[in-house]
Amino acid sequence: MEPLVRHRGVVAPLNRPNIDTDQIIPKQFLKRIERTGFGEFLFYDWRYGEDGKPNPEFVLNRPPYTQASILVTGPNFGCGSSREHAPWALMDFGIRVVIAASFADIFYQNCFKNGLLPLTLPQPEVDRIFQAIEQADPSTGLYLTVDVERLLVHDDRHQLEIPFALDPYLQETLLHGLDDIARTLKHEALIAAYEAQHGK
Amino acid sequence: MAMVRRLRHTPRTLFEKIWDEHVIFEEPGQPTLFYIDLHLVHEVTSPQAFEGLRLAGRRVRRPDRTFAVMDHNVPTTDRSLPVADPIARQQMDTLAKNCQEFGIRLFDLHHPEQGIVHVVGPEQGLTQPGMTIVCGDSHTATHGAVGALAFGIGTSEVEHVLATQCLVQPKPKTMEVRFVGPRPFGVTAKDMILALIGQIGTSGATGYVIEYTGQAVRDLSMEERMTLCNMSIEAGARAGMVSPDEKTVEYLRGRPYAPKGEAFEAARQRWLAYATDPGARFDRVVEVDMSRIVPMVTWGTSPGMVTTIDGKVPDPDAIADPVEAQNVRYALRYMGLEPNTPMTEIPIDRVFIGSCTNSRLEDLERAARVVAGKKVHPRVKAMVVPGSGVVKRMAEARGLDKIFREAGFEWREPGCSMCLGMNADILQPGERCASTSNRNFEGRQGRGGRTHLVSPEMAAAAALYGHFVDVRELLPRP
Repeated sequence: MEPLVRHRGVVAPLNRPNIDTDQIIPKQFLKRIERTGFGEFLFYDWRYGEDGKPNPEFVLNRPPYTQASILVTGPNFGCGSSREHAPWALMDFGIRVVIAASFADIFYQNCFKNGLLPLTLPQPEVDRIFQAIEQADPSTGLYLTVDVERLLVHDDRHQLEIPFALDPYLQETLLHGLDDIARTLKHEALIAAYEAQHGK
Repeated sequence: MAMVRRLRHTPRTLFEKIWDEHVIFEEPGQPTLFYIDLHLVHEVTSPQAFEGLRLAGRRVRRPDRTFAVMDHNVPTTDRSLPVADPIARQQMDTLAKNCQEFGIRLFDLHHPEQGIVHVVGPEQGLTQPGMTIVCGDSHTATHGAVGALAFGIGTSEVEHVLATQCLVQPKPKTMEVRFVGPRPFGVTAKDMILALIGQIGTSGATGYVIEYTGQAVRDLSMEERMTLCNMSIEAGARAGMVSPDEKTVEYLRGRPYAPKGEAFEAARQRWLAYATDPGARFDRVVEVDMSRIVPMVTWGTSPGMVTTIDGKVPDPDAIADPVEAQNVRYALRYMGLEPNTPMTEIPIDRVFIGSCTNSRLEDLERAARVVAGKKVHPRVKAMVVPGSGVVKRMAEARGLDKIFREAGFEWREPGCSMCLGMNADILQPGERCASTSNRNFEGRQGRGGRTHLVSPEMAAAAALYGHFVDVRELLPRP
């Protein structure tokens, strides 16, 4: 997994609550047997019309957000289905950080397996980012830097500086791109002992 | 190993008993490494996990604790025909090859007991009290109905469990959801869970494992408890569960994978001991007043957007919070609904009776009771998709297929079907469906499709009238 230490990119605003994983990647695209190639189907029903043509009003179809690598959105992002295709689609599109006031549990866990940071901030801080986007030059958009080492989000001029909290284990996972299975297999002897002790 | 030692007499919840028993490694400030007793696998969320194993040269640690079923994208039409969708067929073939390569039991498309993974698990007795159960599907909480800790995981975690038979996760908090008072006439488990979600919201239980308690829960049948636990995820919960009791034990007796003879009696004692101790404390307690529950119908694009059958579509102009009002406007625009429309005046085009929420024998029996001797409204296209081959054959033995067919319903082969529309069973844009499934998200049942979540009885009644009706008016009073 690719480590995530510091990331700077354009922030796309998608201000709706409860965006579910069916919306992030509709089911007709779950039939692939690879982890890649889901980016073009990200937010499919919002991004494309029924004729398959891009919907010019949808944020990710409008420059500069076509190049967005950070998404700021409403609370309870990623609710619904457990499909890991949702973080795969976000990553494949180029998103490395999603900022919201809250995330659904399974989606949150899934992100860290893929080097995607679901960044939780209090709603007023999320609202400040939405405001900063509105005030930014519309041709360039707002650039934010997310520093996973210092646990800080800031804009280029440091007018906006927001610290954030992250579980140290998950921070470590991102910083070093750690593979969970390899970490668990270090405890192989404990697992075997558990199975023997409990007759499993 | 910093195991938390508890005094023997400290009362514990069902969740705590199962969790404590499965912890392998715990350190302060770190997520817990814990053991998984049963891993259920299906064709859609597993291919990348098996591929990951192969690339890393890893094996499946415990194929004997792994069980695979094809359900998500299987056709529900004639099974003697080849699968028309080449990509779905590839996913099914991939699962079959993976199961063969790694030595995993599989109920494939042609197995007589094939069905929806969350119907098959309990039905086969694979699901047992005190177990930790995972599956790459968020409705795994269903298995909590027998007193197991069961929850959905992503594909990377599927790979992790295949490789290690363990998971690494932070310990969730516990929430008691207490249904207070007796069950009113005409109220189902579906109405109870929809009422809860309406009360606490779709993220009301995020970070928690719910235990459902109260006399109304004790009085539910095992299949009804499955409906209740199934939609825990729609309240944001990691899992939902019910303490095992004699009903649980009797449900499991004689099931193919349940212990037999003396082993069953020994298991019975062990299972009952998992029940939450009197005086055990939960991190949070929520009470739901049973007397306020009537048949429920969702009106929006999230399961929390729900009202009573005697209610109306909400009016965003009457909502003070501007953010919430905007959400209601979005939802009503998608759903094509006018504010203040009585729920009973909403016309229906399609009816779907099925899904891991409501496709078991009792669900079909209750729907059939409403349908018997009547006809589906001429505008409505209605279908019943039994949850498994076992359910289908039992229903047919009772003549339920005839009741549904004579009324004008289609009677299909088992699978997830129109709950998520991965196969050919989808809504057309603008079509409105009364569905016994679990999610009314935009596009869930097909792009532009409009889903209203209801109980099987309510879906059956809507099929007959072409609009929602209060099913209590059709049911014989006790």
